[in-house]
Amino acid sequence: MPEAKLMQGNEACTLGAIAAGLNFYAGYPITPSTEIAEMCSEELPKIGGRFIQMEDEIGSAAAIIGASLTGRKSMTATSGPGFSLMQELIGYASMTEVPIVIVNVQRVGPSTGMPTSLAQGDVMQARWGSHGDHPVVVLAPGNVGECYELTIKAFNISEELRVPVILLSDEVIGHMREKVILPEAGSIKISKRKEPDSPSSYVPYRADPDGGVPLMAPFGKGYRWHVTGLSHDETGFPTNKGEVAGALIKRLMRKVEKAEPLIRDYATESVEDCDILVVAFGSSAMSATSAVRQARAKGIKAGLFRPKTIWPFPEEPLKEIISRTKRVIVPEMNTGQIVYEVERIAAGKATVEKLSKVNCELFFPEEILEAITGGQK
Amino acid sequence: MSENLNYFRQNRLPHIWCPGCGHGTVTGALTRALAKLGIDKNNVVVVSGIGCSSRAPGYLDFDTLHTAHGRALAFATGIKLSKPSLKVIVLTGDGDCTAIGGNHFIHAARRNIDITTIVMNNSIYGMTSGQYSPMTPTGMLGTTAPYGNVERPFDFVKLAIASGATFVGRSTTYHVQLLGDLIEKALLHKGFSVVESIGGCPTYYGRKNKIGGAVEMFEWQKDNAVNIKAAAAMPKEKLDGKFLIGEFHNEEAPEFTSQYIELIEKVQRKFDDFKGGVRECAQNSD
Repeated sequence: MPEAKLMQGNEACTLGAIAAGLNFYAGYPITPSTEIAEMCSEELPKIGGRFIQMEDEIGSAAAIIGASLTGRKSMTATSGPGFSLMQELIGYASMTEVPIVIVNVQRVGPSTGMPTSLAQGDVMQARWGSHGDHPVVVLAPGNVGECYELTIKAFNISEELRVPVILLSDEVIGHMREKVILPEAGSIKISKRKEPDSPSSYVPYRADPDGGVPLMAPFGKGYRWHVTGLSHDETGFPTNKGEVAGALIKRLMRKVEKAEPLIRDYATESVEDCDILVVAFGSSAMSATSAVRQARAKGIKAGLFRPKTIWPFPEEPLKEIISRTKRVIVPEMNTGQIVYEVERIAAGKATVEKLSKVNCELFFPEEILEAITGGQK
Repeated sequence: MSENLNYFRQNRLPHIWCPGCGHGTVTGALTRALAKLGIDKNNVVVVSGIGCSSRAPGYLDFDTLHTAHGRALAFATGIKLSKPSLKVIVLTGDGDCTAIGGNHFIHAARRNIDITTIVMNNSIYGMTSGQYSPMTPTGMLGTTAPYGNVERPFDFVKLAIASGATFVGRSTTYHVQLLGDLIEKALLHKGFSVVESIGGCPTYYGRKNKIGGAVEMFEWQKDNAVNIKAAAAMPKEKLDGKFLIGEFHNEEAPEFTSQYIELIEKVQRKFDDFKGGVRECAQNSD
């Protein structure tokens, strides 16, 4: 029988990573993510894995991409300033299709901000932080148990689609302790990238132009292939042909778009008959859940939609719920980021209200309840 | 033709380098050294950053990784630590290695990780058409130093030794024999080995500074390089304006990945009752 354990979000994230097959971690200390590095430094040698503290976050991102090319499952964890430094290489991993997982335990920004305080200001950066069109997948855990589950999911998506996956945690989720019942090792679904059978006739980036995922050979096994961040053709070598570069961008973007219905993840509560829908993710969703329950206790038809896949956003299910709703409230710990995605999806079918908070402390459920009860009927 | 051709992706040739560029000379010296040592090409990974020199891996028949500007050594660190049995070679330039990649360079040297780094120093950013680099001598011209470079350049050999590199050599693309010998020794060295190759960029550095073409630049290398052994017996004034080439540093020191593997064995012995998996998680050994 799996037993209940008390643990922190960052700890659950590390254990999830190890359960998913993590065996290479490179990182640089930064609050509030450091526990993940500390725990990896202790646990990975026990299983023959590797831990290295790099000279900065750019080096950390580079090292995990290098490790992944040898066939290892690799991860780094960071927060705001470090996440900013990693952006170029997130694009590199997208372009070269090297699976990596990056945990961003969000803190208050911009710049150094407040390292030990809560914010959710990296939503747009997680999607578009690197230059150029590029695919990424972003997952947001809403409690400690989900840090475990979604880190496993992050590895699986990364391996299956050969994309960088970002686990967008936050200071409260990362540092909060909760009771968690971890699943038994055998019951966890683990994915691994598809490898070619033999070096003969291996064409590294040959794939269905409609979002196909090419086979990935590990370095050191006789494939002798070339990896470059330059626009490349299916052989992996650089091209100056605009139409070839364009087809690559389209395939890369389509890869994630096509997989969206499969990787889509969200939770709902009381949405069957709701007039007022609250859309919240991460730590804000904890307060939102409480607010919705309090509203229901008052007889108000409130419901909750909590995306766990943030990018790509679970558009279809949200659109369906919004079509039956009058008002949508979007509480988030920033001046408004995910609300614009919700507005786009609502497309005028319901009024969308922004509920921003940037004073570094978690929403009180009452603040969201007030928005639910105080608005137009 | 010699057996080093076997190490080239001949279907990727001709290369993009300008006539008279030294990068082909260095790439040739590297492949001859690999051929001489009989190194299995399935066991080699060549990593580069961005710039003219960093295009070399595309022409070489190994697993090759053309990374982001300055980051080659950090990628290479991930590869080497993952799979220490691989021979990992980094090809880089003066700007790539000592400007944007300076931090990774000093830390790779400090760790003494078993990677061979070959720096093709042509004193200029060639790919972006002739800006001054951290290794452009003071007073020389670049497109971003139109009145002469006021900055002081690195002495790369000193930088490498001070940072902890355990094998350090310097040659020029004129002294091809020495270059090959140094690369061979670097490849055999267990630890962080560095070979700086001073070469000409006739297209930008030569033209901008009115040094002349490829031939004049090779002659400059011939006339101004003094072997470190010969220099030891020369009066100081005779060395004015000259630079030294040869083997500068060669020491044995604990190598990073071996030390880490030892640490793993030590930790695993300590947890010898460890039944595969951390706190009931599945074992992910390689």
